[in-house]
Amino acid sequence: MLEHSTNDALLDMFLFETAQLLEQLEQSILSSEKEGNFSKEAINEIFRIMHTIKGSASMMIFNNIASLAHSMEDLFFFLREEKPLQVNCPALCDIVFQGIDFIKVETEKIKNKDTADGNSELLIEKIQKYLTLIKCNNISCAADRTTVIEQADPKLWPDFSMNSFKAVIHFEEGCEMENIRAFTIVHKLDGVVQECIYIPEDIIDNDGSIEIIKKDGFQIYMKTRKTYQQINEFFLQTLFLKHLDLMELDKASDFHSIIEKKKEEAANQVLSPLRSEVHNRDKDRPESSQHMTSSIQSIISVSVPKLDKLMDLVGEMVIAEAMVIQNPDLNGMELTNFRKAAGQLNKITSEIQDMVMSIRMVPLSISFNKMHRIVRDMCKKLDKEVQLKIIGEETEVDKNIIEHISDPLMHLVRNAIDHGIETGEERQRKGKSKTGTITLEAKNAGSDVVIIVKDDGKGLNREKILKKARDNGLLNKKDDEITDKEAFQLILLPGFSTKESVTEFSGRGVGMDVVLSNMEMIGGSLSVDSVLDQGTTITLKLPLTLAIIDGMNIKVGNSCYTIPTISIKEFFRPKDENIITDPDGNEMIMVRGHCYHMKRLYELYRVDTNTTRLSEGIIIMLEQDEKTVCIFVDELLGQQQVVVKALPEYLQRFKKVRSLAGCTLLGDGSISLILDVDGLLH
Amino acid sequence: MTDINDNNLEMEEDTQKDRYLTFSLGKEYYGIEIRYVTEIIGIQTITEIPELPLYVKGIINLRGKIIPVIDVRLRFKKEPKEYNDRTCVIVIDINNLSIGLIVDSVAEVLTILQQDIVEPPQLNGGLNRYISSIGKVGNDVKLLLDCERLLSEEELVNISEVL
Repeated sequence: MLEHSTNDALLDMFLFETAQLLEQLEQSILSSEKEGNFSKEAINEIFRIMHTIKGSASMMIFNNIASLAHSMEDLFFFLREEKPLQVNCPALCDIVFQGIDFIKVETEKIKNKDTADGNSELLIEKIQKYLTLIKCNNISCAADRTTVIEQADPKLWPDFSMNSFKAVIHFEEGCEMENIRAFTIVHKLDGVVQECIYIPEDIIDNDGSIEIIKKDGFQIYMKTRKTYQQINEFFLQTLFLKHLDLMELDKASDFHSIIEKKKEEAANQVLSPLRSEVHNRDKDRPESSQHMTSSIQSIISVSVPKLDKLMDLVGEMVIAEAMVIQNPDLNGMELTNFRKAAGQLNKITSEIQDMVMSIRMVPLSISFNKMHRIVRDMCKKLDKEVQLKIIGEETEVDKNIIEHISDPLMHLVRNAIDHGIETGEERQRKGKSKTGTITLEAKNAGSDVVIIVKDDGKGLNREKILKKARDNGLLNKKDDEITDKEAFQLILLPGFSTKESVTEFSGRGVGMDVVLSNMEMIGGSLSVDSVLDQGTTITLKLPLTLAIIDGMNIKVGNSCYTIPTISIKEFFRPKDENIITDPDGNEMIMVRGHCYHMKRLYELYRVDTNTTRLSEGIIIMLEQDEKTVCIFVDELLGQQQVVVKALPEYLQRFKKVRSLAGCTLLGDGSISLILDVDGLLH
Repeated sequence: MTDINDNNLEMEEDTQKDRYLTFSLGKEYYGIEIRYVTEIIGIQTITEIPELPLYVKGIINLRGKIIPVIDVRLRFKKEPKEYNDRTCVIVIDINNLSIGLIVDSVAEVLTILQQDIVEPPQLNGGLNRYISSIGKVGNDVKLLLDCERLLSEEELVNISEVL
């Protein structure tokens, strides 16, 4: 077996699992904090998560993470066993959050192939101090309790005589890497039992052991001072545990001899079927996170580059299909059967395309739920009370887009808390409820996804914004000529902040323009709306996906261009008398009483064409962000779904290529340039 | 196992060393180091892109990959020439950037040893910007191109400003 790939797979698994567990942990702590105390379930869950992280981290030899997780586990173990009455909930949450942050930073380092070298000792010390504190409190208030506090330190254990146990563990089918999981158990057992022997022995070095574990279960013989109950509980925490047989052996019996015998038997039995099965293992790899909440069903984690590649290939396939079916060689031929088969092919390819797109769709809930933490932290620091309401988090968008909106969302939520929501007193003075509300809403709207970040804070102050803009020389219109919308849009400019003071979170005026540029990068848009003292609403409009768009193909001279269908408002054949030309030679067109700018594409792109008379060509009206422009083209070719490809990097060096969003391949293999409507509008 | 691979790599390096693909532009012959060359194709339908310097002819579709093509004639400020069936596009790959060079015709692959290569005379501006050295083959002279300079960025910006 290739050691490298096994290791990499393990590492990926570790990172994936840890990230999910941390996410889960964060959620449960947040909800506990909200309730003001830790329920029994929450404590159990936190304990279990810390336990798992500890196990897998020490398996991967990330000792700093493991030791931190260990001390957190100690803390929650104490909470679980002793149920102390006086627990300072916020302080506890803070400590756990610090721990989570530490582990996050470290896993990030690991992901980037850096060494996880963070020092967790300070944190551990803090946790231990806290633990001692609550222990002292607990003992003083419940001194008559006699339960012995258990710790990993074996010296403190009460001296029971040794018990011997035999455990047979069966893992759930398809949980993968049974040998590693078995090893984890053995590893965890280290501090719990005095002596332990397991079958098969060579779990790590020999991949064949997977089959043995699958078939006969993983057998452990151990000697320990713990009771049956404790050992049983220990094993029940194992991930993917399907079945556990735990029996107590005669105390005096020496289990070495039993084991020797069993081992031989086992070795003989499994030799033959082993080889054939090892390869089959990859076939059924449906689940990697069954132990998660039931809402996450069978999930497989695939690397994004692979999906991108698949997406590219499907795009190519769609083009190749069009090349075959629309092949000029077929022109004028009677091909009934061919057409039928082609129709079938077309149906399948478009289904594949939809499927691939849907694979890449990810619900927004992950990004949204991250905001809980931000809200919490900021409320604490700024001493405000804010409640986060999330609506429609199940809305799905393309993975690429998710990556681009996490940061903007964070900026927006931060802004809303820092600038928007007032302090409790101020709110009460204004007759609003003391707790501010931030609503995060997502919904589908046609081929767009709309995300709304709404707060019920003080809103934007138009006068302040205009004054600031004037001071910074960003404005050259009269105040009364500016609509509210335009005024609010000013806050998106770089270096614009209405906040007087710079705080830790915002106020430097870099936030909003980052948000805007992020949105523009993915072809989204942003609009701001606000009512003084009632709140601000920021609406983000994103395309569902980046790679495939609905496009209208048009022709100018010999060149073919594609316009995103979303931007097209209408097209019509113009009449000469509707054209107005101003003294600078700019052309305008009257349509139903409204006057619009008109641009001739052949002039704009310097294309040779014979169609220069308006009555011969066609006008397309484009609209984006409530701005409209008309362009004059030779003819329309038809509508088609196109796969967007970026222009070659070499050409992007020329700064002037602005009015093109990319290019695409048409059915005949020729290239069509995709117009950037935003570029045309400016 | 790895040793053999290394050897193979060296062999490959060796076969590419001192080898040049030569092509003609008018009367002159030019050479490009063979390691840059990905493939040679006939002239294709070129999609023009607006607002670019004249020598950037546009983009072509090379089996689903979109690559830009530049006309080397125009790049060297020579007279443009109608494309014919001798016209070729040499696809080169420089620092993972694929680009097509339109040339009059492709000649052959030659071995020009290090001792046959001389520095170009020092002149101000002109062709020398793109010529790294001059190779002697028999009685002929081949101008060896500096591919990286051919695409250099400052150059691009300057020229696009001029236009």
